[in-house]
Amino acid sequence: MTIGTVVGEIYSTINHPFYEARKLLVVDKRVPGGRATGDYIIAVDSVGAGVGEVVLVLDEGNGARQVLQSSDGPVRSVVVGIVDQIEIA
Amino acid sequence: MLLGRVIGLVVPCVAYEGLQATPMLIVQPLDRSGKPKGRTIVAADATRMAGPGEMVYYEGGREAALALDPWFVPVDHAIVGIVDRVHLPGRGGTS
Repeated sequence: MTIGTVVGEIYSTINHPFYEARKLLVVDKRVPGGRATGDYIIAVDSVGAGVGEVVLVLDEGNGARQVLQSSDGPVRSVVVGIVDQIEIA
Repeated sequence: MLLGRVIGLVVPCVAYEGLQATPMLIVQPLDRSGKPKGRTIVAADATRMAGPGEMVYYEGGREAALALDPWFVPVDHAIVGIVDRVHLPGRGGTS
């Protein structure tokens, strides 16, 4: 999983049926210390995250389908948590 | 998933079984503000409605094949949606 900051949403009318009525978030990836890496990912929301929040993103197909309760959805990236705090020892 | 811009199409004369009727589009990957980033890819169009000039989002890896029917086909990127709007509050959105 990776840590990122939600920076926006994607709106789409024509899409694969699996993505009907699913919220897509644009997440800027970041290192745990806080710096953005410059990469981003589009992930399906499963926790009700919004813009500005630091989130945990899963980028693996089987886990993503498990979270979204689908056996054959073409999905790999899901927001699975909202981060309160990061501590680095 | 990542954003991309359809910049062309590929018409194969021979395609693997199951892919004959699948549109293949040339996609330029974009950063989240809509600027081109990286090399172009060829993606199967699971929406069957994307065309040159449109901004799309695509999935990569094994999941790409799951977007297609039949799904047991050799593809590594598939377009799964056409973008109406990217809403980036505070940074100005792209369309």
